[in-house]
Amino acid sequence: MKLSKRIFAGLATASLAVTVTACGGSDSSGNFDDTVTVGILHSLSGTMAISESTLVDTEKMAIEEINAAGGVTVDGKSYKIEYIVEDGASDWPTFAEKSKKLIDQDGVPVVFGGWTSASRKAMLPVYESKDAFLYYPIQYEAQECSNNIFYTGATPNQQSEPATDFMYKRSPAAGGDFFLVGSDYVFPRTSNTITKAQVKQLGGKVVGEDYLPLGNTEVAPIISKIKVALPDGGIIVNTLNGDQNVAFFKQIQDAGITPSNGYYVMNYSIAEEEISTIGPEFLEGHYGAWNYMMSIDTPASKKFAKSFKKRWGSDRVVADPQESAYNMVYLWKQAVEDAGTFDDNAVREALVGQTFDAPQGPVEVMANHHLSQTVRIGEINAEGGFTILEETGVVEPQAWNQKHPSSKGYACDWTDPKKGEKYRM
Amino acid sequence: MQLLLESLFNGVAIGSVLLVAALGLAIVFGLMGVINLAHGELMMLGAYSTYITQLIFKQVSFLKPFYDSYVIVAIGIAFLVSGTVGILLERTVIRRLYGSPLETLLATWGVSLILQQFVRSVPLAYASGLVIALFFGLFSPLFISDDLLHGAKGKLIKACTWGFSALLGVATGGILSSLISKLSRASARNVDVTAPSWMRGGIDFVGITFPKTRLLIILITVISVLVVIFFLDKTAWGIRIRAVTQNRPMSDCLGISTETVDIITFGIGSGLAGVAGVAVSLLGSVGPNVGGNYIVGCFMVVVLGGVGNLLGTILASFSIGIMTDLIGAGRLLTIWPEMPSPLYSTIDFFATTSMARVMIFALIVIFLQFRPTGMFPQKGRMVES
Repeated sequence: MKLSKRIFAGLATASLAVTVTACGGSDSSGNFDDTVTVGILHSLSGTMAISESTLVDTEKMAIEEINAAGGVTVDGKSYKIEYIVEDGASDWPTFAEKSKKLIDQDGVPVVFGGWTSASRKAMLPVYESKDAFLYYPIQYEAQECSNNIFYTGATPNQQSEPATDFMYKRSPAAGGDFFLVGSDYVFPRTSNTITKAQVKQLGGKVVGEDYLPLGNTEVAPIISKIKVALPDGGIIVNTLNGDQNVAFFKQIQDAGITPSNGYYVMNYSIAEEEISTIGPEFLEGHYGAWNYMMSIDTPASKKFAKSFKKRWGSDRVVADPQESAYNMVYLWKQAVEDAGTFDDNAVREALVGQTFDAPQGPVEVMANHHLSQTVRIGEINAEGGFTILEETGVVEPQAWNQKHPSSKGYACDWTDPKKGEKYRM
Repeated sequence: MQLLLESLFNGVAIGSVLLVAALGLAIVFGLMGVINLAHGELMMLGAYSTYITQLIFKQVSFLKPFYDSYVIVAIGIAFLVSGTVGILLERTVIRRLYGSPLETLLATWGVSLILQQFVRSVPLAYASGLVIALFFGLFSPLFISDDLLHGAKGKLIKACTWGFSALLGVATGGILSSLISKLSRASARNVDVTAPSWMRGGIDFVGITFPKTRLLIILITVISVLVVIFFLDKTAWGIRIRAVTQNRPMSDCLGISTETVDIITFGIGSGLAGVAGVAVSLLGSVGPNVGGNYIVGCFMVVVLGGVGNLLGTILASFSIGIMTDLIGAGRLLTIWPEMPSPLYSTIDFFATTSMARVMIFALIVIFLQFRPTGMFPQKGRMVES
């Protein structure tokens, strides 16, 4: 009953959305028994629009692909996926408000959305109180494990930990001291707390850290600090956000903080998209760590990049956040088909254990609602891509980081009612 | 010694960015008393002008050999672009609001939002076309003799100049958009100005690396300040501007066209914002919000220095710059590593960029408690009235 009501509501709004904005899936020629409407919630305006709009494009593409392949089959009936796109406007309360709208008014069974941790934190209470389901595609600081969120991005142990290990043991600056730079908000600070603990374990030294307030581009004091702390070169771990990277890399290059002088920067927020904005000439020789890189030489990866370019223009690039967004749409589809219903609780149960042959390689949904995935370390090359240097095997996600002092020894398991969000291992 | 020199250089470098950004505001806010919250957006227009100039030099074949000097050309273009938009702003909005600072504040804030959205949603090629149309529309009457302008067919001639300017603007927009595909689509994406190769890297001197872009910004700042001082002190219009600042009704009585003075003052102030935009574009990326990040700093500098006093503005920006480096880079810890531990941990706590900002704001607030009118308070009738 509940389900049919939802689908009815979805249908009604979907048809409305199609007629009013014509934003629905492109072809209605296929033979479907019914439709299901999902929500897409990213910033289409404001400062985050640049990044988040690429996710909307990717999610639309994944949905179109699924529809072209016959849609979602539930209980012997084929459903065409329709979508409603809402604008979070780079404003965190708006994300919560639009989530409410998508859940209550449009009755969507699932929302794909978010980028910043701040937006996720704002949406979390909405999904928990309404027992709805959010799929969140970005690499983030972890230290969270909600029953109502499914995280397809990397946790720190799937990005920063292998990267720190690489920098300290096998990079040209191996054994050198660390300097940590980031924008002043939750992700860099948490990530750096973990890095500091890890560097200590490895026997290395963090000689300084600094955070740039969001919007500030005056990096001269940070450069002075780096030069005092690392007079003869060393490892810089960079978690600056978006545009601040432009100022940072332009100015460190002028100040002589370059790979040729022994300074190597490991970046956690610079993917192919950002490299083309900042300019490869400023980044060449520095490093990045991601699960997916466009230069992965597998048929699945090439196909993903090719179809994206075909759909959205040959000058477009694909990067890790987009790959995560792509995976989550497919994983949702698989889980729905396995559950045989769109009902949240059944889908949630069916989701754990799903595997998918993603562009990055095989991924699997773990009991803590995160993905096990492969980690890659790449060196940025002159063409604006990554030269992949190392590849780990499949790494299991830690929702509660084992190096962060506040969460050491804890884990999350939603398949066991006795364990749940945070239990002591 | 080396440390002192490096610290001083950094302070001057940070200060000169603040100074070049605040210089225009010092004129507009200091001399005219106009609180122009769109000042940051005029800077943003200057930064975008640099970007467009760079693209033109890269794409147009006969300009290619001169690519290395595009930054210098961009300074002139940015001055004209921001100055033109500033004059338009003065003519249409601010002129009607003289004497009501709160309304000016609100109106210019609105203008700043409009300008931000404008560069997001209008293709840059057509935006430059529009600016060119405005430029010729506003300035061509200056080159037509008064007899014609105020003669029988004056209105027709004026309309003709605007029509001609509009055509020119449309043509420019069309040419630019067909020539440079990057300019033909609207985009909210931040763009990037790449300094020519001679400006990249640094100069090593007595063991310190001086980044060339920073040196160039210091140079731009020094030249701008000198030109402004020369203009205000030595030229006829500069003297008129100061006369109007000191006593508007009396200057009016003595035959100074205060309206023209207002236009010139505001135009120069806005143009200087454009020059600041060039400087800022060399340091970071260029986007719709680039100016907004500087506006608070600009007002801080002008208020700290003493409204209406250029020397104050200069001193204020350099002292803020040096303080930023001293506190934010933790210089004191490097100079005196054996200081007592409570003091050490306090200074260490403030030795991050975020906390240094807090500290500097706090110090300024305390300073203004004792000297509410800034370092160099304005003396004269304006203050009394």
